[in-house]
Amino acid sequence: MNFPLYDMGLASGLFSGMFFGYALEAAGFASPRKLTAQFSLRDFGVIKVMLTATVVAAVGLYIFQLLGVITVASIYVPTTYFWAMLAGGALIGGGFAMGGYCPGTSLAGIATGRIDAIVFAIGMVGGITAFGYLYEPLQGFYFAAKGPDAQRLTDLLGLPEWAVLAGFVVIAVFAFRLGTMLERRNGGPMSAIEACTPVEDVPFLAEEARHHL
Amino acid sequence: MENTPRPFWPSLLVGFVLGLGLLTTFMITGNGLGASGFVTRATVVVNEAIAPQATAQNAYFGPFVQAGAPLVSWITWESIGVMAGAFLSAFDAGRLRIQFDRGPRSSTVNRIVIALLGGAAVGFGSRLARGCTSGLGLSGSATLAVAGIVFLIGFFAAGFAMSLLYRRAWN
Repeated sequence: MNFPLYDMGLASGLFSGMFFGYALEAAGFASPRKLTAQFSLRDFGVIKVMLTATVVAAVGLYIFQLLGVITVASIYVPTTYFWAMLAGGALIGGGFAMGGYCPGTSLAGIATGRIDAIVFAIGMVGGITAFGYLYEPLQGFYFAAKGPDAQRLTDLLGLPEWAVLAGFVVIAVFAFRLGTMLERRNGGPMSAIEACTPVEDVPFLAEEARHHL
Repeated sequence: MENTPRPFWPSLLVGFVLGLGLLTTFMITGNGLGASGFVTRATVVVNEAIAPQATAQNAYFGPFVQAGAPLVSWITWESIGVMAGAFLSAFDAGRLRIQFDRGPRSSTVNRIVIALLGGAAVGFGSRLARGCTSGLGLSGSATLAVAGIVFLIGFFAAGFAMSLLYRRAWN
C-alpha cells in the first residue's frame, strides 16, 4: 500500500473530522470562555494542545519518512506569502480574542448548542464576502513576499529535521511549564463546570458553592 | 441542573489524540485538517443565492461557481465530522447546553456585536492568510512549514494584544 492514500472521499472526511471535533470538545475548545482565557493568560489549554498535537504529528511524519512509508514531497506543505499570512493570522487572532472562536472551534460551538457561535459564523460569512469583493485591489498584498514553494523550517534554517523537532520539543516543555505557572497565578485552568454552565445560571452556581462551604 | 458537566481531558492527553488524528489524516489524504475552506465554500453558496451574477463574475468566488457545487468537497465532509464529533463528546460528558454563551459581565447586545465583528475579522483573515488556526497554524506547523510559523506569530501577537482590550467582555 502506498501512503498517503489521497483518499478525499466522504468516509475519509467524516472520519478525520470526527476525530478532530471530538478532541476539540474534549479539550473544552467549544467554549468561547475557555478559549479566550488563553489570551488573558488564565488557561493555557490552546497552546498546550496545539504544541502537543504539532509535535506528535511532526514526529510521526518524520518516523514514517525514515521508514520509507512516505516522502515529504507527497504531503501538502503550504507556501509562505509573508505579509498576507502575518496579517491574516493577526486578523484571526484578534477576531478570536474578541468574538470567542476561530473557524474550527465555531463549528464545535454550534454543535454543542451555542447560539452565539451561529452569530459568529454569520460574521465570518460577512468577512469572507468582503474579502471576495476586495480581492482584486488586494492582490498586490495577497501575493507579496512569496517564499520558496513549500518551504520548511529545515530549508530556512539549514538544520536537519531531527534538530528542528528537538527544538519543537524544547519549546513545548518550556511552554507547558510557563503555562502551568501562569495558570496557577491567574486562577486557571478553566473547569468544565465554569466553561459550560450558561452565564444566566452562574450566580446560582456561586450561590450553591457558598452553601456547600 | 440535570447533569453536571464532566471535566475536560488533560491538555497533554487531548494533544496526543489530536496529533494522532492529524497524522492519520495526513496518511489518508496527504493533507492536514481545516475549517475555513468549508466556511468559504458555504459563503460562496450564500452569495450565489443572493446575487448569482455578481458572484459568478467575482474574481475570488467565480472559480468556485464555475467548478460547480462548491460544497461537494472533502473539507465539507470533514467539517460535518467536526460537528458530529464535538456533539458526541459533549453528549458523552454531559456538556451539551443550549445557551447564548458570553462573558459573565457581557450583555446580549454586546455579545452579538463582538461575535459579528470578531467573526468578520476571522473570516476576512482566513482568506487573506489562505487558511486558519487548524489549516495553517496546526497542520502547517506539523509539516514544519514556514507558513505555519508566520501565521502563528501574527495570530498570537494580535490575540494577546486584543485580549487586553476585550478583557472586560470575557472575564
